[in-house]
Amino acid sequence: MNAPSAALRAGRDPYHIGHVPATGEPEYTGHGAGGPAPKRIVVGYGFWIFILSDVILFSAFFATYTVLIHARNGGPGPRELFDLRNTAQETACLLLSSFACGMTSLAVARRSLLWTEVTLALTGLLGLTFLVLEIHEFLGLVARGAGPTHSAFLTAFFSLVGCHGAHVSAGLLWLGTMMAQFPAKGFKESIRHRYLCFSLFWHALDIIWIGIFTVVYLIGFLTP
Amino acid sequence: MSLLGKLTWQAIPFNEPLPLISGAAVLVVIIAVVAWVVIRGYLPYLWREWITSVDHKRIGIMYCILAGVMLLRGFIDAIMMRAQQAAAYNAPGFLPPSHFDQVFSAHGTIMIFFVAMPFVIGLMNVIVPLQLGVRDVAFPTLNSVSFWLTAAGALLVNLSLVVGEFDRTGWLPYPPLSELTYSPGVGVDYYCWSLQISGIGTLMTGINFVTTILKLRAPGMHYSRMPMFCWTALASNLLIVAAFPILTACLAMLLLDRYVGFHFFTDTGGGNSMMFMNLIWAWGHPEVYILVLPAFGIYSEVVSTFSSKPLFGYRSMIYATMAICIISFMVWLHHFFTMGAGADVNAIFGIASMIIAVPTGVKIFNWLFTMYGGYVRFTSPMLWTIGFMVTFAIGGMTGVLLAVPPADFQLHNSVFLVAHFHNVIIGAVLFGVFAGYTYWFPKAFGIVLDERLGKWAFWLWLIGFWVAWGPGYVVGLEGMTRRLQHYDVAEWHPWLVLAEWGVFIILLGIIAQIAQIVVSIRTRERRRDVTGDPWDGRNLEWVTSSPPPSFNFAVLPDVTDQEPYWDMKARAREIGQLTRPEPQYEPIHMPRNSPTGFVTAFFAVVTGFALIWHIWWLVLLGLAGAYATFVVFAWRDHDEILIPAEEVARLDRANRAARSAALHHRQLRRESQPESRE
Amino acid sequence: MSSNPDDFELGSHVGEDHVSGRPPSEVEHPTLRSELRGYLIGLGLAALLTAASFWSLDEHVIYGPGIVMALIVFGLAQVGVHLVFFLHLTTSPDNTNNALALAFGVLIVSLIFFGSIWVMYHLNGNMIPASALAEMRPE
Repeated sequence: MNAPSAALRAGRDPYHIGHVPATGEPEYTGHGAGGPAPKRIVVGYGFWIFILSDVILFSAFFATYTVLIHARNGGPGPRELFDLRNTAQETACLLLSSFACGMTSLAVARRSLLWTEVTLALTGLLGLTFLVLEIHEFLGLVARGAGPTHSAFLTAFFSLVGCHGAHVSAGLLWLGTMMAQFPAKGFKESIRHRYLCFSLFWHALDIIWIGIFTVVYLIGFLTP
Repeated sequence: MSLLGKLTWQAIPFNEPLPLISGAAVLVVIIAVVAWVVIRGYLPYLWREWITSVDHKRIGIMYCILAGVMLLRGFIDAIMMRAQQAAAYNAPGFLPPSHFDQVFSAHGTIMIFFVAMPFVIGLMNVIVPLQLGVRDVAFPTLNSVSFWLTAAGALLVNLSLVVGEFDRTGWLPYPPLSELTYSPGVGVDYYCWSLQISGIGTLMTGINFVTTILKLRAPGMHYSRMPMFCWTALASNLLIVAAFPILTACLAMLLLDRYVGFHFFTDTGGGNSMMFMNLIWAWGHPEVYILVLPAFGIYSEVVSTFSSKPLFGYRSMIYATMAICIISFMVWLHHFFTMGAGADVNAIFGIASMIIAVPTGVKIFNWLFTMYGGYVRFTSPMLWTIGFMVTFAIGGMTGVLLAVPPADFQLHNSVFLVAHFHNVIIGAVLFGVFAGYTYWFPKAFGIVLDERLGKWAFWLWLIGFWVAWGPGYVVGLEGMTRRLQHYDVAEWHPWLVLAEWGVFIILLGIIAQIAQIVVSIRTRERRRDVTGDPWDGRNLEWVTSSPPPSFNFAVLPDVTDQEPYWDMKARAREIGQLTRPEPQYEPIHMPRNSPTGFVTAFFAVVTGFALIWHIWWLVLLGLAGAYATFVVFAWRDHDEILIPAEEVARLDRANRAARSAALHHRQLRRESQPESRE
Repeated sequence: MSSNPDDFELGSHVGEDHVSGRPPSEVEHPTLRSELRGYLIGLGLAALLTAASFWSLDEHVIYGPGIVMALIVFGLAQVGVHLVFFLHLTTSPDNTNNALALAFGVLIVSLIFFGSIWVMYHLNGNMIPASALAEMRPE
């Protein structure tokens, strides 16, 4: 194989677009000419692109929700249905779990199995609490006759928020798998890359939630 | 609730001769092929080298084979439709309406999702890593999963022929017709689940190739040194990543309406069926650019190679490609001008649709200027390209005509529209993949295809296409609506009979193509591509042997300019020998083959079938199986194999020897013929 | 492509290996304290912005018609906080590919979201009014 360029040896991403750094290394031309990037960068970038595609999926549901928000079919609207205290609790759970996930990243970087498992468990517990609160909210709405089959507005609400909840559920399954993989496989490169993808996913879910609680719950509360 | 959900023996069309006989025939062929493979002992080889392969070249070839087989199925649907419309003037024809509806729906779905997409993705798979000068794509196992999920989708669509029915709502299932109230059967479900499954595969491909093109290139390959095919592949895959989530969301909404009684698009409960059209075309328009941009890339490669000149206006081609990529997301409403958004909205989207023709025009002029002043060789890939330029230019012009909202109000959903999109898809995408597979067949298989049959195929297709679809424009302007099972307007009849003849000419073209492959394989010994560069190519894929070794390059090439291979060759020809000395051979790590893709797709088929027929316990089993497959893959300890340095050396030395011999031979020829052309 | 166990990784970076453009021999590997501080600042800012969003709804502190705009601003700001402090997306040259990808994503999301709303608003607006529709029924 070719001798790697200095940029590669430095572990840098040779594919950045942009100006040359102050050190002015000759291979670092800024036009992406350093040869194939290291695996960690490739994995991270690929998953980032996946996250963006997932955001686009959510935007289709967001657009549909906004279009259908007034289609009540004679039924209740956001103001009658949303319990903002519950929303605040869900937001706190997800934000804290995102922070816990950040702590896991620090633990993984330092190869500490104990702290990795502890912080992962915390992340999962907070995520699970979020899900429980959300399912409770959904069941409550259905019991009041405001289920997703009642009107287009409710369909769109349940689908958008439910899609996010489904992603959180999948994330928890992934988290559980990772909690099993770390003790079994240690801090191998492939496991660390997989964890990198998980943490990207988990943070992205919190970002989507910001959109949901702002647009659906808070702005929804202001919508007649 | 029955153990098998909605599935009963009545799902099999025992009382309908056409699907029953064709289904039986296909089953016989499949059993015969599988039996032949097993009896001859090819199964271990197939499993080891193809089914579990994560090599981009193998996966690409499998994509193209899938596309070719599905082309035959979709084309048979086309023959049936043309025959029906030729016969059904003041007569019922031979296809009852419920069948005719399934035929045109299946035709469109198969042609777009299981012919055009796999063909284009297959060619990108084989060639892009070679052109970038690297060993494989960013995520090889994911690549295998993508292919097998696409095949799973194709299997489900074909299964609907013999178990159940397909949808009758067209290739895009517009609600409220596609809602449960008006389509209570399983047809729409077959459609939706098949596309959701293959859609995941396609999205993964998009992610894979964007990452590969942006993060994995040979040292020295700046963005402005990438071959044009890689630029168009980048634009196309960016569009895949951006557009396919919308399709997933939209079909998920339709499925939720159908399965759990939601009200996204229903005509009760406040649903808004217009939102479906909005979302599906927000995907649908970028989709056609996903198909056409790689085809444009193929034309760039073919034109520069067979004009013996570098591509004219390389930078403007990049800008034009990226402009098309971005603008393609701003024109989708032109598919439903008549739905009533009003003049202001229509005007803006109409103008945007006309603007997008400008960068396309830039590309056409660049190809023409590439040919001008070059030494043009009219090989069959070049013929396909010229045929494209004429055909697509006309088709594009009818597109700009349709982009004018008042004109579109007359022509929306007429056969004029149908002729337009067949014109551009066949003229650009299909001709492009035909040029592509002819051009790159030697690289993939080491055999140059028979030129004479290739030329026959081209002329039959070109003439056949115009005889089949020229009349479409005429009857469209005369007022014929699309998808008619019968009609009573005398003026249309002769044109539709002519169209049927056109389809038979195309059939002869397809027979010529099949004959070309069969004959070329039979006479393969005298068609061997010994050097790896049968066309005097210009880009890096021609550096490798034909077919390339699994690792592509023994040593990743150092790229110093655009068209790196041409530079290497020019210098080698000057000095009469290879420019680079034999390298220091080192062992190479390559990703290990894996059955993950195949097994995942198996569970996808199980899950999809179970969802369609409401067999809920089987759905859970299928999902559990898919998850288990992922866990098994995630748990493996060895994900690479090591190719020893001696093996690398042996393969590379053989290629180097062949090329040195060719250089030497060329030198001798030039010395004995001093007036010979360059 | 080495799996050097001494490689330090910084949190959940998307695709950069070093905070600055300097070669690793010059960069001091970030300490636990500095990394932790980054996450804590992010958490704090996010919590603040969340509280502000909920508060602006209840307390009538913000001029009525401006509440929606305030919510959008707080939401976007919090997304930014997440991107910078949790996902470590920066403006360094290392990160340009990631930032460009994000910009592309934002463009597409805007086109779909605002485009759909604009189109559907006009489509819905041009529908026959319910009263006139009722008059057209056969009974």
